[in-house]
Amino acid sequence: MTVTVRKTPITAALQGRRRPLEPAFRVVLLASLAIAVVFLGILLAYVVSEGWGRLDSRLWTNFPSKLYPERAGAQSAIVGTVYIIGLTGAFCVPIGVMTAIYLEEYASREHWWNRLIELNIQNLAAVPSIVYGILGLGVLARGLDLGRTLITAALTLSLLVLPVVIIAAREAIRAVPGSIRQGSLALGATQWQTIWRQVLPAAVPGIATGTILALSRAIGEAAPLLLLGAVTHITFNPESVTDAYTVLPIQIFNWIKQPEAEFHTLASAAIVILLAILLLMNSVAIWLRNRYEKRG
Amino acid sequence: MAVATTLVAALAACGGSDGDGSGGGAELRGTVKIDGSSTVAPLSTVASELFKEEQARVQIPVGTSGTGGGFEKFCAGETDVQDASRPIKDEEKQACASKGIKYEEFAVANDALTVVVHKDNTWAQCLTVEQLKKIWEPGSKVNNWNQVDPKFPKEPLKLFGAGTDSGTFDYFTDEINGEEGKSRTDYQPSEDDNVTVQGVAGSKGGLGYFGFSYFEENASKLKAVQVDGGGGCVAPSVQAAQDGTYKPLSRPLFIYPSAAALKRPEVLQFVEFYVEKHAEIAKRAKFVPLNPTQDAKLKQALATLKSQAGK
Repeated sequence: MTVTVRKTPITAALQGRRRPLEPAFRVVLLASLAIAVVFLGILLAYVVSEGWGRLDSRLWTNFPSKLYPERAGAQSAIVGTVYIIGLTGAFCVPIGVMTAIYLEEYASREHWWNRLIELNIQNLAAVPSIVYGILGLGVLARGLDLGRTLITAALTLSLLVLPVVIIAAREAIRAVPGSIRQGSLALGATQWQTIWRQVLPAAVPGIATGTILALSRAIGEAAPLLLLGAVTHITFNPESVTDAYTVLPIQIFNWIKQPEAEFHTLASAAIVILLAILLLMNSVAIWLRNRYEKRG
Repeated sequence: MAVATTLVAALAACGGSDGDGSGGGAELRGTVKIDGSSTVAPLSTVASELFKEEQARVQIPVGTSGTGGGFEKFCAGETDVQDASRPIKDEEKQACASKGIKYEEFAVANDALTVVVHKDNTWAQCLTVEQLKKIWEPGSKVNNWNQVDPKFPKEPLKLFGAGTDSGTFDYFTDEINGEEGKSRTDYQPSEDDNVTVQGVAGSKGGLGYFGFSYFEENASKLKAVQVDGGGGCVAPSVQAAQDGTYKPLSRPLFIYPSAAALKRPEVLQFVEFYVEKHAEIAKRAKFVPLNPTQDAKLKQALATLKSQAGK
């Protein structure tokens, strides 16, 4: 993942006659990068050093305990988080990508309803997550009688991140050169074959990146899930999608609020676990991207 | 620590013999759903953990939707036991009645809201309710300790308090300012009492309030102020909260079990366990156990609820 500056004619020409502003601009850019990297570094160093004492197997082999902080773990929250992210991905990726394909490849912008749909999706991406929580509680948990279960949580988070997935997938599909489509169609492929065999594989890197960003948002959400009845103390793993559950952000929030210092250490250790899961997801996205970029 | 270990060992032994003996080897299964106040959650969490030592197959998830949010679920029949840091309100009673949810109010422990100041604060040994009101009432302009009492030194007053969503805030404002939810707003509020702990510990003129367990855990960093509710200065303590002399800031904490849920053996046994072991549960969750009068009332409430449930 190194970024190399390619020698294009423009950069070559610019190197000939450097202006005094050029190095300054470069410093500004580097400083912007440094802000992001330094803060991430500080955060990582802080949570790792705070949680170091409890960063061991107890964290993922044990269940939470109020009585015995030294025995407490976050297994139910880790399993809950993995379940929720898996289910959310399973719901929102197919729906999001199919929506994007429709909007990019089939829908005509001349119809007002298509423009309305687009506008709506863009607006939905900016709606606060708690609003989705209220929606999930009213429609899914109570209206459809799904209750305060894993499936309700996963469906609500799917709705929450769907606009982001759609927007990212659309950008990726749009970036596929039109010549590829035309070539495929000229060779006699149907529109469906063109999309499935040419456009989608070429768009996978972009879709994967967008999806991971969306799921990363979902993994850190606590507000809508609190409303949807994720419980704060749970000593069993969910066995089916209709079980009660908790997730890491809620477990962390709960531990931080406890008066005992041991739980604060545990919270930091759980943050490290949450970051590790995020990193794992990101690596999958990078792997997917590299795989498809090579093919293309 | 040694005492705690012995206690645990004794309990474990107790639990074992109990299960083999009176339980008749009947292993319960099922789920007891608890939700409600985050103040009461430690009590119910401790109760659920102790109960699980006897009945390992019963699952008892404890949620913290807040007292109000919890009652909404409880009166919709979604939970079995409700945690509450205040008694049920009239509109909540109506909601429960319209769904046919019957319940009984169980006071299971006491809490002493503790007013704390910085460790080096040598002047504010005791504050009267009037002084606290002067500080906290809506529109209060008090921003220096010498405005609270001319005898106090000139030291900027920095206020920390509970977030407006908490039962702690409701209770404190009701008792001190005379009306629930009314408070000055130019203080640093936090839903996380640890933030208040750090705030007060970090500023010499700091003042804040929270539940007794947070003070006990941080007694080395902070100083608890005695409160004079008209009958002289009383320091917050287990004793004073229990015998009612720590006025007006000691309060009971409640659970509301549903009569319908009590028909299920796992819920019945859990609620009976909660009532029977309430003193130990309160102690281990760092709350103040009930006094004998409250204890008798609790037993009475259980009997009433059981007859309602036909048990």
